[in-house]
Amino acid sequence: MAESKTPLLDELEKGAWPSFVTEMKKAAAKKENAKDLMQQLEKSYKDKIGYWKHGGIVGVKGYGGGVIGRYSARPDEFPNVAEFHTLRVNQVPGFFYTTKALRDLCETWDKYGSGLTNFHGSTGDIILLGTNTQNLQPCFDELSEKGWDLGGSGGGLRTPSGCVGMARCEFACIDSMDFVLEVTRHFQDALHRPAWPYKFKIKCSACPNDCAAATARSDLAIIGTWRDTLKIDQEAVREYVNNGFNIYGLVIGKCPTKALDWDAEKKELKFCAEDCVRCMNCINMMPKAISIGSERGATVLIGGKAPVVKSAFIGWVIVPFIKCEAPYTELFDLITKITEYFDEHAKPRERIGELIYRVGMGNFLRAIGLPPVPQMVSAPRANPYIFWQDEEVVNRG
Amino acid sequence: MARTDFGPPDYRQMIPPVIARNYGKWKYHTIPQPGVLKHVSESGEVLYSVRIASARLVSTDFIQEICDIADKYCDGYLRFTTRHNVEFLVSDETKLQPLLDELKSRNFLVGGTGNAISNVVHTQGWVHCHTPATDASGIVKSMMDELHGYFTTMKLPARLRLAVACCVNMCGACHCSDIAIVGIHRAVPRINHEGVAKACEIPSVIAACPTGAIRPNPKLKSVEVIKEKCMYCGNCYTMCPSMEIQDAENDGISIWVGGKVSNARTAPKFSRLAIPYLPNNPPRWPEVTDAVKHLVEVWAAHAKPGERMGEWIDRIGWERFFKLTGLPFTDKHIDDFNFAPTTFRSTTQFRF
Repeated sequence: MAESKTPLLDELEKGAWPSFVTEMKKAAAKKENAKDLMQQLEKSYKDKIGYWKHGGIVGVKGYGGGVIGRYSARPDEFPNVAEFHTLRVNQVPGFFYTTKALRDLCETWDKYGSGLTNFHGSTGDIILLGTNTQNLQPCFDELSEKGWDLGGSGGGLRTPSGCVGMARCEFACIDSMDFVLEVTRHFQDALHRPAWPYKFKIKCSACPNDCAAATARSDLAIIGTWRDTLKIDQEAVREYVNNGFNIYGLVIGKCPTKALDWDAEKKELKFCAEDCVRCMNCINMMPKAISIGSERGATVLIGGKAPVVKSAFIGWVIVPFIKCEAPYTELFDLITKITEYFDEHAKPRERIGELIYRVGMGNFLRAIGLPPVPQMVSAPRANPYIFWQDEEVVNRG
Repeated sequence: MARTDFGPPDYRQMIPPVIARNYGKWKYHTIPQPGVLKHVSESGEVLYSVRIASARLVSTDFIQEICDIADKYCDGYLRFTTRHNVEFLVSDETKLQPLLDELKSRNFLVGGTGNAISNVVHTQGWVHCHTPATDASGIVKSMMDELHGYFTTMKLPARLRLAVACCVNMCGACHCSDIAIVGIHRAVPRINHEGVAKACEIPSVIAACPTGAIRPNPKLKSVEVIKEKCMYCGNCYTMCPSMEIQDAENDGISIWVGGKVSNARTAPKFSRLAIPYLPNNPPRWPEVTDAVKHLVEVWAAHAKPGERMGEWIDRIGWERFFKLTGLPFTDKHIDDFNFAPTTFRSTTQFRF
């Protein structure tokens, strides 16, 4: 049996910020596997190296994903974490919960797992951290009974997630929570039975502030926007200014296209609608006075991802404006076309951003039938190496 | 057999009545004090949200505790933010102050709103990942013990987003954060030829290498790594456990600055390298916490109101960034991977 003291981890119980070590200790007081997890982590802190082996294939009946196999590299020393798998549980869109739902979940996890969780994982799932192979099925059965489904893992659709949207934000141009719910429901098969070359993430933010970090963290980002003009309540603007608000420093000077100016005589905010690129800054700074436009929809960006392997990408605009309202037919058709193309053309472990970089954006757009528009580029190409299509040139044999 | 493929719980069953009534009808919000959001609806109804820090890696006891609080003050409703904070949703204004008092008495940190450092998005690290170059939770805890004063107040020039990733996979938007802490490997994988021959699919291992540094070794039915081409991403190790990349002697921490995801004012930006290597020094990572604190303080002292880290650097230039922070500019800061030329300077406009 391993020595039960954790002097290095104990250091991380000091200080004001909430301590994950304290949380682990609470679980360790009840669970042998949580106790061994702490011991193994202490060893990592001592040796400066991780002690988890590669995942193995584990799962629950009917599903190809949602469970991450994890095995200790030192099962002799830490037998209770010899198997210590993760269940990814599909979070509620917008991360809203009733206490009853959360207590239900805790009860099941206390019964079958380590009692440790992540609220939430980076993709958005509720992470139930650590149980053995034998407990996976009964744990899932009980979760399913209570209305909790699994999230995604492996080469397939990952659990969609999004921002709080219309539930509590005046900037929401689209109903991000509803979109996340419906897109998850619609693509259940791709989520639960991963059959694509690699992961594919969908995230939705209801405005260009992108609180869900969709453009950076998802292969397909749905970002709420508007097509007409923002609205200004001049009376409310004057109130800000009269209260000493620095309208030059925080709003006019920060406008990326110089679309705003202050008419000192009329005490009015002048606005050039054609120049506005809907960056959100003036709205963020003066939410009582400036608000989003009326003709609302979404911009679709593709290819966002972290560095491994070719490069990190921030999503690229492929559709400047699309309606994003239930039943989302047009958007779901587009997603189906994109993911079918991805499924057919990507190499193993190639994200769609890397695939597009390899085959060329032009080929990708032609394949899914999206017309080229200037909103897609920051500038047109600066080289003459244009690929002409067969029908565009005379066939000379 | 269990019911399958029914998807996430319906949010309509999880939102408090005040939100159901005012869904899509919020008019504006204010931040009456750090950590407290006041949303006002077109109907005149008001919702207060009280935000507290969470360790993200939490026990079911913690969940029960926040449920107890939500039952007492919020009619049993709460939510989490995309950055792992907990939010108590208060529809009865008379319960706001008692809730804040109780949170204080339980030593919860209320904050993370407006021009503050919000909670840190991070990865599993040594706790549960199989390719980590460092721990994540321990760095976050050490760092935020130093910086929590910026969580509970709103005195920074703009918001500041921190992220920690335990390897260059960067799960968690590190590549677009104001300050990102990323675990790195610095030595080529150590090959266990017998293991490769027995358990690894060699073409996939070769194909996994983004720089073409892996070639077959038919004699051993294994592979070899061309040292000069390897940049230690660990992608081969993910394909084949016999390409051991973790290295207690060489693994460490890099720090990246100036990224953002919001479109507000400026376009989303990548985080850029500030510090190529700091030692992995658990349990408190003093070099890392000092460096991050220093970066926050230099930015806070020099940025104009509303200027995020990357926007501040855009204005003052990287040459002045390195001068003001006192960080050495090295050969490591000059890109030599894909798209490197997009980072080279092609103008005589710069500062001395």
